[in-house]
Amino acid sequence: MDGDLRLPPFGLSAQALGQLMPMHLWLDTACRIRGAGPTMLKLMGPDVLGQGLDSVFSLRVPRRADHAGALLRAQRLLMKLRAAPGTGFKGVAVPLTGDGGVLLNLSFGYAVHDAVRDHGLSATDFAPTDLAIELLYLHEAKVAVMGEVTRMADRLQGAKVRAEAQAVTDALTGLGNRRAMEAALDRLLASESGFALMHLDLDYFKQVNDTLGHAAGDHVLVEVAARLRASVRGGDLVARVGGDEFVILLAGVHDLSPLQRVGALILHRMSEPIVFQGNPCRIAVSMGAVLRTQGEAVAGDHLMARADAALYASKGAGRARLTLAEVDGGCQPLCSADSQDPVDR
Amino acid sequence: MHGLINKSLQAFLSDSFGSALWHEIAQRSGVAQAIGPDGFESMQTYDDSLTEALLLAAAAVLRRPRDSLLEDMGTYLISNERMEPLRRLLRFGGVSFTDFLYSLDDLQGRGRLAVPDLALPEFTLDERGMGRFTLVCRGGISGFAQVMVGILRALADDYGALAVLDHSDSAAEGEERISIEVHDPAFHAGRRFDLSAEAR
Repeated sequence: MDGDLRLPPFGLSAQALGQLMPMHLWLDTACRIRGAGPTMLKLMGPDVLGQGLDSVFSLRVPRRADHAGALLRAQRLLMKLRAAPGTGFKGVAVPLTGDGGVLLNLSFGYAVHDAVRDHGLSATDFAPTDLAIELLYLHEAKVAVMGEVTRMADRLQGAKVRAEAQAVTDALTGLGNRRAMEAALDRLLASESGFALMHLDLDYFKQVNDTLGHAAGDHVLVEVAARLRASVRGGDLVARVGGDEFVILLAGVHDLSPLQRVGALILHRMSEPIVFQGNPCRIAVSMGAVLRTQGEAVAGDHLMARADAALYASKGAGRARLTLAEVDGGCQPLCSADSQDPVDR
Repeated sequence: MHGLINKSLQAFLSDSFGSALWHEIAQRSGVAQAIGPDGFESMQTYDDSLTEALLLAAAAVLRRPRDSLLEDMGTYLISNERMEPLRRLLRFGGVSFTDFLYSLDDLQGRGRLAVPDLALPEFTLDERGMGRFTLVCRGGISGFAQVMVGILRALADDYGALAVLDHSDSAAEGEERISIEVHDPAFHAGRRFDLSAEAR
Protein backbone atom coordinates (compact mmCIF):
# COMPACT_ATOMS: atom_id res chain seq x y z
CA MET A 1 0.00 0.00 0.00
CA ASP A 2 1.20 3.52 -0.74
CA GLY A 3 1.77 6.17 1.92
CA ASP A 4 3.88 6.60 4.98
CA LEU A 5 4.45 3.15 6.47
CA ARG A 6 6.24 4.30 9.63
CA LEU A 7 4.50 3.26 12.82
CA PRO A 8 2.33 6.19 13.95
CA PRO A 9 3.36 7.55 17.34
CA PHE A 10 -0.25 7.61 18.67
CA GLY A 11 -2.90 5.35 20.12
CA LEU A 12 -6.70 5.78 20.20
CA SER A 13 -9.07 5.57 23.13
CA ALA A 14 -12.02 3.17 22.73
CA GLN A 15 -14.31 6.21 22.65
CA ALA A 16 -12.33 7.94 19.92
CA LEU A 17 -12.24 4.71 17.91
CA GLY A 18 -16.00 4.37 18.35
CA GLN A 19 -16.53 7.91 17.13
CA LEU A 20 -14.33 7.41 14.10
CA MET A 21 -15.62 3.92 13.27
CA PRO A 22 -18.93 3.23 15.05
CA MET A 23 -19.17 -0.06 13.17
CA HIS A 24 -15.83 -1.63 14.11
CA LEU A 25 -15.15 -4.96 15.80
CA TRP A 26 -12.03 -5.77 17.80
CA LEU A 27 -11.13 -9.47 17.77
CA ASP A 28 -8.38 -11.45 19.44
CA THR A 29 -6.15 -13.95 17.58
CA ALA A 30 -8.77 -16.68 18.06
CA CYS A 31 -11.42 -14.39 16.53
CA ARG A 32 -13.34 -13.80 19.75
CA ILE A 33 -15.09 -10.44 20.01
CA ARG A 34 -13.28 -8.26 22.53
CA GLY A 35 -14.81 -4.90 21.70
CA ALA A 36 -17.13 -3.16 19.27
CA GLY A 37 -18.15 0.29 18.12
CA PRO A 38 -21.43 1.71 19.53
CA THR A 39 -23.47 1.00 16.40
CA MET A 40 -22.26 -2.60 16.19
CA LEU A 41 -23.04 -3.08 19.88
CA LYS A 42 -26.54 -1.77 19.21
CA LEU A 43 -26.98 -4.26 16.37
CA MET A 44 -25.47 -7.30 18.13
CA GLY A 45 -26.64 -6.74 21.69
CA PRO A 46 -24.33 -6.47 24.71
CA ASP A 47 -23.88 -10.23 25.29
CA VAL A 48 -21.56 -10.82 22.37
CA LEU A 49 -18.34 -9.79 24.08
CA GLY A 50 -16.13 -12.86 24.48
CA GLN A 51 -18.09 -14.88 21.90
CA GLY A 52 -16.50 -16.17 18.71
CA LEU A 53 -17.12 -14.23 15.50
CA ASP A 54 -18.54 -17.42 13.96
CA SER A 55 -21.24 -17.75 16.60
CA VAL A 56 -22.53 -14.19 16.13
CA PHE A 57 -22.12 -13.93 12.34
CA SER A 58 -22.49 -16.40 9.53
CA LEU A 59 -19.44 -15.83 7.38
CA ARG A 60 -19.56 -15.90 3.58
CA VAL A 61 -16.08 -14.55 2.79
CA PRO A 62 -14.03 -16.13 4.24
CA ARG A 63 -16.15 -19.25 4.92
CA ARG A 64 -14.52 -19.92 8.29
CA ALA A 65 -12.50 -17.80 10.67
CA ASP A 66 -11.13 -19.60 13.70
CA HIS A 67 -7.96 -17.58 13.67
CA ALA A 68 -7.22 -14.00 12.71
CA GLY A 69 -5.05 -14.95 9.73
CA ALA A 70 -8.11 -16.13 7.74
CA LEU A 71 -9.72 -12.70 8.06
CA LEU A 72 -6.54 -10.88 7.19
CA ARG A 73 -6.02 -12.91 4.01
CA ALA A 74 -9.47 -12.03 2.66
CA GLN A 75 -9.47 -8.92 0.49
CA ARG A 76 -13.00 -8.10 1.56
CA LEU A 77 -15.18 -9.64 4.26
CA LEU A 78 -18.82 -10.58 3.69
CA MET A 79 -20.91 -11.69 6.67
CA LYS A 80 -24.43 -11.72 8.09
CA LEU A 81 -25.77 -11.47 11.62
CA ARG A 82 -27.08 -14.87 12.70
CA ALA A 83 -29.92 -13.21 14.60
CA ALA A 84 -33.00 -12.15 12.61
CA PRO A 85 -33.34 -10.30 10.29
CA GLY A 86 -29.85 -11.41 9.24
CA THR A 87 -28.46 -7.98 8.43
CA GLY A 88 -25.55 -8.22 6.01
CA PHE A 89 -22.20 -6.46 6.19
CA LYS A 90 -19.15 -5.97 4.10
CA GLY A 91 -15.87 -5.06 5.75
CA VAL A 92 -12.14 -5.13 5.97
CA ALA A 93 -9.75 -6.56 8.60
CA VAL A 94 -6.40 -5.07 9.57
CA PRO A 95 -3.83 -6.51 12.04
CA LEU A 96 -3.26 -4.75 15.35
CA THR A 97 0.28 -4.27 16.57
CA GLY A 98 1.11 -5.61 19.99
CA ASP A 99 -1.37 -8.33 20.91
CA GLY A 100 -1.83 -9.89 17.45
CA GLY A 101 -5.57 -9.21 17.33
CA VAL A 102 -7.46 -7.74 14.37
CA LEU A 103 -9.63 -4.68 13.85
CA LEU A 104 -12.63 -5.04 11.53
CA ASN A 105 -14.43 -2.09 10.04
CA LEU A 106 -17.88 -2.95 8.71
CA SER A 107 -20.49 -1.25 6.56
CA PHE A 108 -23.99 -2.15 5.31
CA GLY A 109 -23.23 -1.60 1.63
CA TYR A 110 -26.36 -1.69 -0.51
CA ALA A 111 -28.36 -3.15 2.39
CA VAL A 112 -28.17 0.17 4.26
CA HIS A 113 -31.82 0.99 3.56
CA ASP A 114 -33.07 -2.28 5.08
CA ALA A 115 -30.63 -2.10 7.98
CA VAL A 116 -31.74 1.40 8.95
CA ARG A 117 -35.38 0.31 8.84
CA ASP A 118 -34.86 -2.99 10.69
CA HIS A 119 -32.71 -1.55 13.48
CA GLY A 120 -34.21 1.95 13.76
CA LEU A 121 -30.86 3.61 13.16
CA SER A 122 -30.46 7.38 13.08
CA ALA A 123 -27.90 9.76 11.61
CA THR A 124 -25.84 9.69 14.82
CA ASP A 125 -25.30 5.93 14.42
CA PHE A 126 -23.11 6.66 11.40
CA ALA A 127 -19.73 8.32 11.24
CA PRO A 128 -20.13 11.83 9.84
CA THR A 129 -17.82 10.79 7.00
CA ASP A 130 -19.97 7.75 6.17
CA LEU A 131 -22.02 8.34 3.00
CA ALA A 132 -24.91 6.24 4.36
CA ILE A 133 -27.12 9.27 5.02
CA GLU A 134 -26.43 10.65 1.55
CA LEU A 135 -27.28 7.23 0.10
CA LEU A 136 -30.58 7.17 2.00
CA TYR A 137 -31.30 10.73 0.87
CA LEU A 138 -30.64 9.75 -2.75
CA HIS A 139 -32.81 6.67 -2.41
CA GLU A 140 -35.76 8.75 -1.17
CA ALA A 141 -35.14 11.45 -3.76
CA LYS A 142 -35.14 8.79 -6.46
CA VAL A 143 -38.41 7.27 -5.19
CA ALA A 144 -40.03 10.73 -5.05
CA VAL A 145 -38.86 11.69 -8.53
CA MET A 146 -39.82 8.32 -10.00
CA GLY A 147 -43.26 8.78 -8.44
CA GLU A 148 -43.64 12.13 -10.21
CA VAL A 149 -42.43 10.68 -13.49
CA THR A 150 -44.78 7.69 -13.21
CA ARG A 151 -47.77 9.91 -12.43
CA MET A 152 -46.91 12.13 -15.38
CA ALA A 153 -46.53 9.10 -17.68
CA ASP A 154 -49.92 7.77 -16.51
CA ARG A 155 -51.57 11.12 -17.22
CA LEU A 156 -49.98 11.32 -20.66
CA GLN A 157 -50.96 7.72 -21.43
CA GLY A 158 -54.58 8.47 -20.47
CA ALA A 159 -54.54 11.62 -22.62
CA LYS A 160 -53.05 9.65 -25.53
CA VAL A 161 -55.76 6.97 -25.33
CA ARG A 162 -58.49 9.66 -25.22
CA ALA A 163 -56.92 11.60 -28.08
CA GLU A 164 -56.64 8.46 -30.19
CA ALA A 165 -60.27 7.55 -29.52
CA GLN A 166 -61.37 11.11 -30.33
CA ALA A 167 -59.31 11.07 -33.53
CA VAL A 168 -61.34 8.18 -34.96
CA THR A 169 -64.75 9.09 -33.51
CA ASP A 170 -67.46 11.28 -35.01
CA ALA A 171 -68.30 13.61 -32.14
CA LEU A 172 -72.01 14.02 -33.01
CA THR A 173 -73.05 10.41 -33.56
CA GLY A 174 -70.33 8.48 -31.70
CA LEU A 175 -69.79 6.40 -34.85
CA GLY A 176 -66.35 5.99 -36.38
CA ASN A 177 -65.24 8.83 -38.67
CA ARG A 178 -63.62 8.64 -42.09
CA ARG A 179 -60.22 7.92 -40.52
CA ALA A 180 -61.68 4.96 -38.59
CA MET A 181 -63.34 3.68 -41.79
CA GLU A 182 -60.12 3.94 -43.81
CA ALA A 183 -58.13 2.11 -41.12
CA ALA A 184 -60.74 -0.67 -40.91
CA LEU A 185 -60.89 -0.93 -44.72
CA ASP A 186 -57.09 -1.22 -44.88
CA ARG A 187 -57.19 -4.01 -42.31
CA LEU A 188 -59.86 -5.90 -44.28
CA LEU A 189 -57.99 -5.42 -47.56
CA ALA A 190 -54.79 -6.71 -45.96
CA SER A 191 -56.59 -9.87 -44.88
CA GLU A 192 -57.56 -12.51 -47.41
CA SER A 193 -61.19 -12.84 -46.35
CA GLY A 194 -64.18 -11.54 -48.23
CA PHE A 195 -66.20 -8.57 -47.01
CA ALA A 196 -68.92 -6.15 -48.12
CA LEU A 197 -68.69 -2.37 -48.26
CA MET A 198 -71.90 -0.32 -48.19
CA HIS A 199 -72.01 3.36 -49.02
CA LEU A 200 -75.12 5.17 -47.72
CA ASP A 201 -76.44 8.63 -48.37
CA LEU A 202 -79.44 10.31 -46.75
CA ASP A 203 -82.08 11.66 -49.13
CA TYR A 204 -83.95 14.90 -48.33
CA PHE A 205 -81.49 15.69 -45.51
CA LYS A 206 -80.82 19.19 -46.85
CA GLN A 207 -84.56 19.94 -46.78
CA VAL A 208 -84.78 18.90 -43.10
CA ASN A 209 -81.86 21.21 -42.30
CA ASP A 210 -83.33 24.09 -44.30
CA THR A 211 -86.92 23.85 -43.03
CA LEU A 212 -86.52 22.60 -39.43
CA GLY A 213 -83.05 23.89 -38.62
CA HIS A 214 -79.66 22.38 -37.83
CA ALA A 215 -80.80 21.00 -34.49
CA ALA A 216 -83.32 18.86 -36.38
CA GLY A 217 -80.57 17.84 -38.81
CA ASP A 218 -78.34 16.79 -35.93
CA HIS A 219 -81.21 14.87 -34.38
CA VAL A 220 -81.76 13.02 -37.66
CA LEU A 221 -78.08 12.09 -37.93
CA VAL A 222 -77.96 10.77 -34.36
CA GLU A 223 -81.15 8.76 -34.91
CA VAL A 224 -79.97 7.35 -38.24
CA ALA A 225 -76.65 6.40 -36.65
CA ALA A 226 -78.46 4.46 -33.93
CA ARG A 227 -80.65 2.67 -36.51
CA LEU A 228 -77.67 1.73 -38.68
CA ARG A 229 -75.77 0.50 -35.65
CA ALA A 230 -78.77 -1.64 -34.65
CA SER A 231 -78.96 -3.15 -38.16
CA VAL A 232 -75.50 -4.73 -38.15
CA ARG A 233 -73.49 -7.10 -35.96
CA GLY A 234 -71.48 -5.73 -33.04
CA GLY A 235 -68.16 -6.24 -34.80
CA ASP A 236 -69.17 -4.46 -38.03
CA LEU A 237 -67.93 -0.94 -38.61
CA VAL A 238 -70.41 1.89 -39.11
CA ALA A 239 -68.76 5.22 -39.91
CA ARG A 240 -70.03 8.69 -40.72
CA VAL A 241 -67.71 9.75 -43.51
CA GLY A 242 -69.33 13.04 -44.53
CA GLY A 243 -72.23 15.37 -43.67
CA ASP A 244 -74.98 12.84 -44.43
CA GLU A 245 -72.84 9.99 -45.77
CA PHE A 246 -72.16 6.70 -44.04
CA VAL A 247 -70.08 3.62 -44.77
CA ILE A 248 -70.71 0.16 -43.36
CA LEU A 249 -68.09 -2.59 -43.53
CA LEU A 250 -69.39 -6.15 -43.10
CA ALA A 251 -66.49 -8.51 -42.43
CA GLY A 252 -66.66 -12.15 -43.53
CA VAL A 253 -69.49 -11.59 -46.04
CA HIS A 254 -68.99 -13.67 -49.18
CA ASP A 255 -72.35 -13.59 -50.96
CA LEU A 256 -75.46 -11.54 -51.50
CA SER A 257 -77.84 -12.92 -48.87
CA PRO A 258 -76.34 -11.26 -45.73
CA LEU A 259 -76.02 -8.03 -47.68
CA GLN A 260 -79.66 -8.24 -48.71
CA ARG A 261 -80.72 -8.95 -45.12
CA VAL A 262 -78.81 -5.95 -43.78
CA GLY A 263 -80.15 -3.71 -46.57
CA ALA A 264 -83.73 -4.80 -45.91
CA LEU A 265 -83.31 -4.32 -42.17
CA ILE A 266 -81.97 -0.77 -42.66
CA LEU A 267 -84.83 0.09 -45.01
CA HIS A 268 -87.30 -1.36 -42.53
CA ARG A 269 -85.86 0.63 -39.61
CA MET A 270 -85.71 3.79 -41.73
CA SER A 271 -89.43 3.44 -42.56
CA GLU A 272 -90.16 4.48 -38.96
CA PRO A 273 -90.57 8.27 -39.07
CA ILE A 274 -88.00 10.40 -37.26
CA VAL A 275 -89.76 13.07 -35.22
CA PHE A 276 -88.07 16.24 -33.98
CA GLN A 277 -90.05 18.42 -31.54
CA GLY A 278 -93.30 17.12 -32.92
CA ASN A 279 -92.27 17.58 -36.55
CA PRO A 280 -91.75 14.50 -38.70
CA CYS A 281 -88.47 14.66 -40.61
CA ARG A 282 -88.90 12.99 -43.96
CA ILE A 283 -85.72 11.06 -44.66
CA ALA A 284 -84.82 8.16 -46.91
CA VAL A 285 -81.58 6.31 -47.37
CA SER A 286 -80.00 5.26 -50.65
CA MET A 287 -77.35 2.56 -50.57
CA GLY A 288 -74.72 1.14 -52.86
CA ALA A 289 -72.74 -1.97 -52.01
CA VAL A 290 -69.79 -3.87 -53.31
CA LEU A 291 -68.41 -7.32 -52.42
CA ARG A 292 -64.73 -8.08 -52.17
CA THR A 293 -64.46 -11.84 -52.72
CA GLN A 294 -61.97 -13.95 -50.82
CA GLY A 295 -58.40 -13.27 -51.89
CA GLU A 296 -59.39 -10.71 -54.57
CA ALA A 297 -56.69 -8.09 -55.09
CA VAL A 298 -58.43 -4.74 -55.25
CA ALA A 299 -57.64 -1.20 -54.08
CA GLY A 300 -59.76 0.51 -51.44
CA ASP A 301 -60.55 3.56 -53.54
CA HIS A 302 -61.65 1.30 -56.42
CA LEU A 303 -64.12 -0.45 -54.08
CA MET A 304 -65.34 2.93 -52.85
CA ALA A 305 -65.81 4.18 -56.42
CA ARG A 306 -67.86 1.10 -57.37
CA ALA A 307 -70.01 1.37 -54.24
CA ASP A 308 -70.49 5.04 -55.06
CA ALA A 309 -71.69 4.20 -58.59
CA ALA A 310 -74.15 1.66 -57.14
CA LEU A 311 -75.36 4.31 -54.66
CA TYR A 312 -76.11 6.69 -57.54
CA ALA A 313 -77.91 3.88 -59.32
CA SER A 314 -80.11 3.54 -56.20
CA LYS A 315 -80.82 7.27 -56.25
CA GLY A 316 -81.61 7.10 -59.98
CA ALA A 317 -83.96 4.18 -59.47
CA GLY A 318 -86.10 6.11 -56.98
CA ARG A 319 -84.12 6.22 -53.69
CA ALA A 320 -84.64 4.15 -50.52
CA ARG A 321 -83.05 1.07 -52.00
CA LEU A 322 -79.84 -0.99 -52.10
CA THR A 323 -77.96 -1.65 -55.33
CA LEU A 324 -74.97 -3.95 -55.76
CA ALA A 325 -72.08 -3.01 -57.99
CA GLU A 326 -71.16 -6.06 -60.05
CA VAL A 327 -67.68 -7.01 -61.14
CA ASP A 328 -68.42 -6.33 -64.82
CA GLY A 329 -69.36 -2.70 -63.99
CA GLY A 330 -73.11 -3.33 -64.06
CA CYS A 331 -75.57 -2.82 -61.22
CA GLN A 332 -77.98 -5.22 -59.60
CA PRO A 333 -80.90 -4.05 -57.42
CA LEU A 334 -80.94 -6.01 -54.16
CA CYS A 335 -83.85 -4.57 -52.17
CA SER A 336 -86.03 -1.47 -51.96
CA ALA A 337 -88.37 0.23 -49.52
CA ASP A 338 -91.27 -0.37 -51.96
CA SER A 339 -91.06 -4.13 -51.52
CA GLN A 340 -89.59 -4.11 -47.96
CA ASP A 341 -88.31 -7.52 -48.99
CA PRO A 342 -85.27 -8.56 -50.89
CA VAL A 343 -85.88 -8.11 -54.60
CA ASP A 344 -86.27 -11.48 -56.23
CA ARG A 345 -83.59 -12.20 -58.73
CA MET B 1 -38.27 27.48 -13.75
CA HIS B 2 -38.45 23.77 -13.11
CA GLY B 3 -41.87 22.08 -13.20
CA LEU B 4 -41.40 20.77 -9.65
CA ILE B 5 -41.28 24.33 -8.32
CA ASN B 6 -44.15 25.49 -10.51
CA LYS B 7 -46.22 22.48 -9.60
CA SER B 8 -45.56 23.08 -5.88
CA LEU B 9 -46.80 26.63 -6.34
CA GLN B 10 -49.89 25.30 -8.09
CA ALA B 11 -50.47 22.69 -5.34
CA PHE B 12 -50.08 25.37 -2.67
CA LEU B 13 -52.57 27.74 -4.36
CA SER B 14 -55.09 25.03 -5.12
CA ASP B 15 -54.84 23.25 -1.73
CA SER B 16 -54.93 26.49 0.28
CA PHE B 17 -57.52 28.50 -1.64
CA GLY B 18 -59.52 25.90 -3.56
CA SER B 19 -59.44 24.75 -7.15
CA ALA B 20 -61.92 27.43 -8.32
CA LEU B 21 -59.52 30.19 -7.28
CA TRP B 22 -56.60 28.28 -8.76
CA HIS B 23 -58.40 28.15 -12.12
CA GLU B 24 -59.14 31.86 -11.91
CA ILE B 25 -55.46 32.59 -11.18
CA ALA B 26 -54.38 30.26 -14.00
CA GLN B 27 -56.76 32.07 -16.39
CA ARG B 28 -55.76 35.55 -15.35
CA SER B 29 -52.02 34.81 -15.48
CA GLY B 30 -52.26 33.24 -18.93
CA VAL B 31 -50.91 29.94 -17.54
CA ALA B 32 -54.10 28.08 -18.50
CA GLN B 33 -53.87 29.45 -22.04
CA ALA B 34 -50.15 28.67 -22.30
CA ILE B 35 -50.05 25.13 -20.92
CA GLY B 36 -53.66 24.00 -20.53
CA PRO B 37 -56.17 24.02 -17.68
CA ASP B 38 -54.52 21.15 -15.79
CA GLY B 39 -51.48 23.32 -15.12
CA PHE B 40 -47.88 22.30 -14.70
CA GLU B 41 -46.20 18.94 -15.13
CA SER B 42 -43.54 18.28 -12.51
CA MET B 43 -40.83 16.95 -14.81
CA GLN B 44 -40.77 19.73 -17.39
CA THR B 45 -39.10 23.10 -17.45
CA TYR B 46 -41.13 26.25 -18.06
CA ASP B 47 -40.23 29.79 -18.95
CA ASP B 48 -39.56 31.92 -15.84
CA SER B 49 -42.04 34.54 -17.04
CA LEU B 50 -44.88 32.03 -16.51
CA THR B 51 -44.01 31.69 -12.80
CA GLU B 52 -43.73 35.46 -12.51
CA ALA B 53 -47.16 35.95 -14.16
CA LEU B 54 -48.70 33.34 -11.88
CA LEU B 55 -47.39 35.05 -8.74
CA LEU B 56 -48.62 38.43 -9.97
CA ALA B 57 -52.10 37.06 -10.72
CA ALA B 58 -52.24 35.14 -7.40
CA ALA B 59 -51.43 38.30 -5.44
CA ALA B 60 -54.12 40.22 -7.35
CA VAL B 61 -56.86 37.57 -7.16
CA LEU B 62 -56.23 36.74 -3.49
CA ARG B 63 -55.55 40.40 -2.55
CA ARG B 64 -52.46 39.32 -0.65
CA PRO B 65 -48.94 40.77 -0.76
CA ARG B 66 -46.63 38.62 -2.83
CA ASP B 67 -44.14 38.25 0.05
CA SER B 68 -46.65 36.83 2.48
CA LEU B 69 -47.97 34.43 -0.17
CA LEU B 70 -44.45 33.16 -0.81
CA GLU B 71 -43.78 32.70 2.89
CA ASP B 72 -47.05 30.76 3.26
CA MET B 73 -45.98 28.58 0.38
CA GLY B 74 -42.76 27.78 2.25
CA THR B 75 -44.75 26.76 5.32
CA TYR B 76 -47.05 24.65 3.14
CA LEU B 77 -44.07 22.80 1.63
CA ILE B 78 -43.06 21.52 5.07
CA SER B 79 -46.34 21.14 6.91
CA ASN B 80 -48.73 19.78 4.28
CA GLU B 81 -49.11 16.01 4.23
CA ARG B 82 -48.88 15.96 0.41
CA MET B 83 -45.38 17.43 0.60
CA GLU B 84 -44.09 14.85 3.10
CA PRO B 85 -41.38 13.55 0.71
CA LEU B 86 -39.90 17.06 0.52
CA ARG B 87 -39.94 17.52 4.31
CA ARG B 88 -38.13 14.20 4.67
CA LEU B 89 -35.53 15.07 2.03
CA LEU B 90 -34.80 18.33 3.84
CA ARG B 91 -34.63 16.63 7.25
CA PHE B 92 -31.81 14.46 5.91
CA GLY B 93 -29.78 17.68 6.06
CA GLY B 94 -29.09 17.57 9.78
CA VAL B 95 -29.84 15.96 13.12
CA SER B 96 -30.80 19.28 14.73
CA PHE B 97 -32.10 22.60 13.41
CA THR B 98 -28.66 24.18 13.80
CA ASP B 99 -27.05 21.20 12.07
CA PHE B 100 -29.64 21.63 9.32
CA LEU B 101 -28.74 25.32 8.93
CA TYR B 102 -25.13 24.33 8.28
CA SER B 103 -26.33 21.96 5.52
CA LEU B 104 -27.94 24.84 3.58
CA ASP B 105 -24.63 25.60 1.88
CA ASP B 106 -25.06 22.22 0.18
CA LEU B 107 -28.76 22.66 -0.66
CA GLN B 108 -28.14 23.61 -4.28
CA GLY B 109 -25.91 20.53 -4.75
CA ARG B 110 -28.33 18.22 -2.97
CA GLY B 111 -31.14 19.49 -5.16
CA ARG B 112 -29.06 18.84 -8.25
CA LEU B 113 -28.22 15.33 -7.02
CA ALA B 114 -31.95 14.53 -6.83
CA VAL B 115 -33.05 16.35 -10.01
CA PRO B 116 -30.13 17.40 -12.24
CA ASP B 117 -31.90 20.37 -13.87
CA LEU B 118 -33.53 21.67 -10.70
CA ALA B 119 -31.89 25.11 -10.51
CA LEU B 120 -32.18 26.14 -6.87
CA PRO B 121 -30.69 29.44 -5.70
CA GLU B 122 -27.29 29.41 -4.01
CA PHE B 123 -27.36 29.65 -0.21
CA THR B 124 -24.50 30.72 2.04
CA LEU B 125 -24.74 30.60 5.82
CA ASP B 126 -22.75 33.15 7.84
CA GLU B 127 -22.38 32.43 11.52
CA ARG B 128 -22.53 35.52 13.72
CA GLY B 129 -22.15 33.77 17.08
CA MET B 130 -24.57 33.20 19.99
CA GLY B 131 -26.92 31.15 17.78
CA ARG B 132 -27.26 33.99 15.29
CA PHE B 133 -26.87 33.38 11.54
CA THR B 134 -27.32 35.20 8.26
CA LEU B 135 -28.46 33.17 5.28
CA VAL B 136 -27.56 34.78 1.96
CA CYS B 137 -29.65 33.71 -1.03
CA ARG B 138 -28.39 34.40 -4.57
CA GLY B 139 -30.15 33.70 -7.88
CA GLY B 140 -33.57 32.19 -8.44
CA ILE B 141 -36.72 34.23 -8.85
CA SER B 142 -37.05 37.34 -6.79
CA GLY B 143 -38.74 36.39 -3.53
CA PHE B 144 -37.30 32.89 -3.30
CA ALA B 145 -35.86 33.85 0.06
CA GLN B 146 -39.43 34.54 1.25
CA VAL B 147 -40.29 30.92 0.48
CA MET B 148 -37.15 29.97 2.42
CA VAL B 149 -38.34 31.99 5.44
CA GLY B 150 -41.55 29.94 5.45
CA ILE B 151 -39.61 26.71 5.03
CA LEU B 152 -37.18 27.57 7.85
CA ARG B 153 -40.00 28.64 10.22
CA ALA B 154 -41.85 25.40 9.64
CA LEU B 155 -38.67 23.31 9.86
CA ALA B 156 -37.60 24.96 13.14
CA ASP B 157 -40.98 23.85 14.45
CA ASP B 158 -40.47 20.42 12.90
CA TYR B 159 -37.14 20.03 14.71
CA GLY B 160 -38.61 21.44 17.91
CA ALA B 161 -36.31 24.47 17.93
CA LEU B 162 -37.27 28.01 18.90
CA ALA B 163 -36.02 30.36 16.20
CA VAL B 164 -36.74 33.94 15.09
CA LEU B 165 -36.42 34.75 11.38
CA ASP B 166 -36.32 38.02 9.52
CA HIS B 167 -36.08 38.71 5.80
CA SER B 168 -34.26 41.69 4.37
CA ASP B 169 -33.26 42.71 0.85
CA SER B 170 -29.55 42.90 0.42
CA ALA B 171 -27.60 45.85 -0.90
CA ALA B 172 -26.19 43.61 -3.61
CA GLU B 173 -28.20 43.04 -6.79
CA GLY B 174 -30.07 39.69 -6.94
CA GLU B 175 -29.22 38.89 -3.34
CA GLU B 176 -31.58 38.45 -0.39
CA ARG B 177 -30.76 37.91 3.26
CA ILE B 178 -32.48 36.07 6.09
CA SER B 179 -31.37 36.66 9.65
CA ILE B 180 -31.89 33.67 11.93
CA GLU B 181 -31.69 33.56 15.72
CA VAL B 182 -31.87 30.11 17.27
CA HIS B 183 -32.91 30.72 20.89
CA ASP B 184 -33.49 27.16 22.01
CA PRO B 185 -32.52 24.28 19.75
CA ALA B 186 -34.56 21.84 21.88
CA PHE B 187 -37.57 24.02 22.75
CA HIS B 188 -40.03 21.15 22.32
CA ALA B 189 -40.03 17.60 21.01
CA GLY B 190 -40.73 18.47 17.38
CA ARG B 191 -41.88 15.98 14.80
CA ARG B 192 -40.42 12.51 14.56
CA PHE B 193 -37.98 11.75 11.81
CA ASP B 194 -36.89 8.20 11.05
CA LEU B 195 -34.13 7.69 8.51
CA SER B 196 -36.23 4.91 7.06
CA ALA B 197 -39.57 6.12 5.68
CA GLU B 198 -41.11 2.73 6.53
CA ALA B 199 -40.00 2.71 10.19
CA ARG B 200 -42.85 3.12 12.67
